[in-house]
Amino acid sequence: MQPDSRHFKANAEAALREPRLQAALKQLELGFVAGRQRCYEALPEFESLRDRARDILDHTLENLDAYLVEYESRVIESGGQVHWASTPVQAREIVIDICRAAKARSVIRGKSMVGEEIGINDALEAAGFEVTETDLGEYILQLAGEPPSHIVAPAIHKTREEISDLFFEHHREHGFTQRQTERSALVAEARQVLREKFLGADVGMTGANFLIAETGSNVIVTNEGNGDLSSTLPRVQIVTAAIDKVVPTLEDASLLLRLLGRSATGQEITAYTTFTTGPKRARDADGPGEYHVVLIDNHRSEMLGSELRPMLRCIRCGACMNHCPVYGRVGGHAYGWVYPGPMGSVLTPIMVGLDEAGHLPNACTLNGRCETVCPVKIPLPTLLRSLRRRQHLQRQNSRLARIALSLWTWVALRPRLYQALTRPAMSLLSRLGAKSGSFRRMLLASGWTRVRDLPAPQGSTFQARWQQRQRGRK
Amino acid sequence: MEIPDTNSPSDQPHVGLFVTCLVDLFRPSVGFAAVELLQRAGCRVTVPRAQTCCGQPAFNSGDDWHAKQIAMQVLDAFEEFDYVVGPSGSCMGTIRCHYPEMFADDSRLLPRFEALCAKSHELVSFLVDVRGVEAVEASFDHCVTYHDSCSALRELGIKAQPRKLLATVAGLHISELQGTDICCGFGGTFCVKYPEISGSMVADKVAAVAASGADTLLSGDLGCLLNLSGKLRREGKSTRVYHVAEVLANMADGKSIGEGDD
Repeated sequence: MQPDSRHFKANAEAALREPRLQAALKQLELGFVAGRQRCYEALPEFESLRDRARDILDHTLENLDAYLVEYESRVIESGGQVHWASTPVQAREIVIDICRAAKARSVIRGKSMVGEEIGINDALEAAGFEVTETDLGEYILQLAGEPPSHIVAPAIHKTREEISDLFFEHHREHGFTQRQTERSALVAEARQVLREKFLGADVGMTGANFLIAETGSNVIVTNEGNGDLSSTLPRVQIVTAAIDKVVPTLEDASLLLRLLGRSATGQEITAYTTFTTGPKRARDADGPGEYHVVLIDNHRSEMLGSELRPMLRCIRCGACMNHCPVYGRVGGHAYGWVYPGPMGSVLTPIMVGLDEAGHLPNACTLNGRCETVCPVKIPLPTLLRSLRRRQHLQRQNSRLARIALSLWTWVALRPRLYQALTRPAMSLLSRLGAKSGSFRRMLLASGWTRVRDLPAPQGSTFQARWQQRQRGRK
Repeated sequence: MEIPDTNSPSDQPHVGLFVTCLVDLFRPSVGFAAVELLQRAGCRVTVPRAQTCCGQPAFNSGDDWHAKQIAMQVLDAFEEFDYVVGPSGSCMGTIRCHYPEMFADDSRLLPRFEALCAKSHELVSFLVDVRGVEAVEASFDHCVTYHDSCSALRELGIKAQPRKLLATVAGLHISELQGTDICCGFGGTFCVKYPEISGSMVADKVAAVAASGADTLLSGDLGCLLNLSGKLRREGKSTRVYHVAEVLANMADGKSIGEGDD
């Protein structure tokens, strides 16, 4: 997917004027936020689990090289193959080579964000393969030709009516001529269309929620069971996963799973949690003949060695975006790339460049709600501030903002001058604004007054009045 | 050390009032209310002249160098006091949470900043948690709603303290705001950099204020209050807006924030 984060501001403003999107986003607080809160209140050890999860992942990241090698050894022992990709380009080439070698024609995909990150669908289609998304949300988006707008609920921006229209348009060729509007009818129709795709596919691709070093297994969680079908029916399975998905043990994965569903969708556990290890063995009833894992770096080892390392703890639950007031207004597409919301505002600048995604670390009030709900305690506001620091040091932020800030600081570091300047300025503003109490417009403050009045100052400054009062007492 | 600005016996704790730039510039009455509340809580209060801003705008813009210069100015002006108190969760959050972070690699200055951090408090939490204030002598015959500023709520854990003291104000009734843990859209420079997003956020907040049925909106941070008052005025709402200190000090009889003569 071509990044469009450069146009965040314009995209966000357009999103604010989109009534259907606004209606869809209003559901976040009622659904995911309330659901997580219920789970939080029902689980007394939620807070201590967050601490343990953070510690497990910090330990893993500290020893990531060793755990990745251990994981690789276990996969090979179980008959699978591991491929290493530094860049999205390499990852795409590896996947296409595997598909070609297997003489595959059609590929089905379980939902995978790293798949979006490396742009695998377009690459496979360009190479002549038929690709079908099997997660309902992703399938809807594939029909609509849109990228996901949420990492857990990719089609959260779509209303039921839009989905009815899409299915009516695209399912006619499969013999469905009636426009369905009920939720269950829509799901049933998609299921029938997708079932054929599952049965006819040569390659099944999934992501991984976790990779387990001690067993060489990958874990995926879904609510639709499409992940299971994608990894058991086709004759070739390809797992694409980022290198930060590895955890040492099954025990560690279990702990993280307890936090994942609760933080993501307000479920104690998702409907399906699937552990897959290697290809089909001689006595297995089903499973793929070939099992491949593509491990993708894409700037993660660079983050590992920087102050952004805590971001690699992310387990992709989406709680940060569900709780983000900015995401809740503008939706995921405004962010212009694969990962939206707070976690995306850290990852996107690293993966597509700070010059392309310069808006994202700044489009945040640093209110910290994301950090308080993050199941692995990623200090998101601190990391966003780190990116602002990089922008400042690389002079990538706006010149006007830099000048205004330098001027403010210069005066703020000279209290006597500051007080000499602010006293008459505030007195003047106060007199000008006394009648109405607030200004509808203000020179140099159009950003403020475009959407709200500027309350007039009360009068002179506190310092001036205080000095006056102290003098009166002596 | 500066001579105390208020005459009180010397066994009382000596508080340096961090006025905050927004209170200094826009709402001096909050500063006077803070002095009043601190004195009633048995403190000697001094207002150092060598103070302006806490440096948060620079820090949040990634300009650590300037932020640190300002932090050192605050350190020099305030480290002699028993306590540093300010009527803002946001500024005191910067001093408490971020000054030590800024100087984490400076073995010479870090201990001094850690000491400053340990004795710095937001006004209302200082009254309740440090001075053990249980009640205030004030009356305010209104139905109020309270906006928790994000820094007060999440950086400093302030939620119960203002409600506890407000409950003791005669005539005052609190009607809680829905979604009180959601940001009002101020966010420092965010509100002028992304006015449309900020405007949408504050519009929701103003709608929640209306839904609460309160005739007065209170908060402990002037940044949020200017944002909220500005939006209320823009929408032609008559809700009165005060800093919580003004009500607690029984000094909310003047014009509310953004209120005019007509």
